[in-house]
Amino acid sequence: MLTWILGFIILIVKLAAVLLVVLFIAAYLVWLERKFLARLQIRYGPNRAGIFGLLQPVADIVKMITKEDTVPDGADKALFLIAPAVVATTAMLMFSVVPFGPDMTLLGHRIPLVVTDLNIGLLFVFALSSLGVYGVALGGWASNSKYALLGGIRGAAQMISYELSMGLSLIPVVMMSRSLSVVDIVQAQQGHPFIFFQPLAFLIFVVSAMAESKRIPFDLPEAENELVAGYHTEYSGMRFGLFFLGEYVHIMVFGGLLAVLFLGGWHGPFLPPLLWLLIKIFLVSLFMIWVRGTLPRLRYDQLMTLGWKVLIPLALINILVTGAVGLLVGF
Amino acid sequence: MAVNSKLKTKNSELYVWEAVKALFSGFATVFVHLFRRPITEQYPEYKRPLPVRARGRIILTIDPDGGERCVSCYLCSAVCPVNCISMEGAEKPDGRRYAAWFRINFARCILCGLCEEACPTSAIQLTTDYEFCKTDILSFVYEKKDLLVDHQGKDKDYNFYRYAGVTTNYGDKGEHIGEHKPVDVKSNMP
Repeated sequence: MLTWILGFIILIVKLAAVLLVVLFIAAYLVWLERKFLARLQIRYGPNRAGIFGLLQPVADIVKMITKEDTVPDGADKALFLIAPAVVATTAMLMFSVVPFGPDMTLLGHRIPLVVTDLNIGLLFVFALSSLGVYGVALGGWASNSKYALLGGIRGAAQMISYELSMGLSLIPVVMMSRSLSVVDIVQAQQGHPFIFFQPLAFLIFVVSAMAESKRIPFDLPEAENELVAGYHTEYSGMRFGLFFLGEYVHIMVFGGLLAVLFLGGWHGPFLPPLLWLLIKIFLVSLFMIWVRGTLPRLRYDQLMTLGWKVLIPLALINILVTGAVGLLVGF
Repeated sequence: MAVNSKLKTKNSELYVWEAVKALFSGFATVFVHLFRRPITEQYPEYKRPLPVRARGRIILTIDPDGGERCVSCYLCSAVCPVNCISMEGAEKPDGRRYAAWFRINFARCILCGLCEEACPTSAIQLTTDYEFCKTDILSFVYEKKDLLVDHQGKDKDYNFYRYAGVTTNYGDKGEHIGEHKPVDVKSNMP
């Protein structure tokens, strides 16, 4: 009983810590994105609230909370109100399987530094990222607006297409680590991150995960200059903020997954494990902002062609090659 | 599709190579911009020098002799595309016309400058002052006392009543600058 209570307390503490850190970093990711993107475009970015605009996230949150929360006429009210929560929740839940350090020992108890070590961790991530599509599609549909509907439909189509190539690109990783548990995948990368063995899978995963998180070369669901703001056109206040939060948590999750699956997770010399993970997430985020500053949005048919005719065949070939090499050499 | 068939005529390997090269050169270009000085003008600290004819807040000027220039002819009010100027004309004992009251609603004014062009006496002029935002919309209604200034604005020497054929204390008919004596209509002599 005592062990049970202790385990429960540890779980709650871990949950609270991870949630707080994720939300805090997501808020400052917005700042980082605005600042870094501004420098790429030879601007200053936010620099009025606090030094270097460091209080900008606080100002944004205050602004969003104090804004009016509008529901358009003819909207499906229940779905309209739930949709942003679906996006934010699924994005945050995905972080629960990302390990941020080796097992810790406290008072003789072994504490794994991950919220939950699921033996099907990768499937859990895929399930949640598919569920996240519901937030976009339902939010777009429930708004009773043509722009939002178009955005929602695009979002659904895009994410179903890229889910496939994303899943297929990770099968070689699973084959090499012989486990679907994210913790085991990190353990398997001790000394040699998978990016060296699976550069093709890495590329496919980066492209399709970027499409999953609706970032700029793939931001067709929100496409400002065609669809106003796409699926969140009709949202205001903190509900819009939740969509926004979901997007930035998604960037973090993407960075975390990329770090965990290809870059060796928390493994790294000299520095503590947690710091290594954060550095990797930070670098991936910077890369994503760099991509945003460089590439224009794809056309819809280009998006579909890239997904179905390029990435999926490549991922399938990669699986075959990995299997053949595994059979011949053995890993 | 036309685009696709055009691409297929090209050596497809070459096409992929070109695409990858273009991708990397794009990334490099953006990265180089990271080390350039931002070109942003930080507004409240740095104010860009305005052109001389920049159009801002409207004023009513006076002539070099100290009298009000406005003769309340209603031309500015008539030409104003948003109808933000209103006034009421009156006449002084010496024959000069003036505006009994003069009102500009700056909440409607679009700073187009047509009133300045229409004004025959150079009374209404636009300044280069554009920083007069307020939180209360009613305080944008400027009365004559808010509009009237004690200088000549852009037109330093002009005094309408020195040229106008109107009897005032500047002189009788025919006594103004560049004016001929009035024609005696009762005589046929040239």
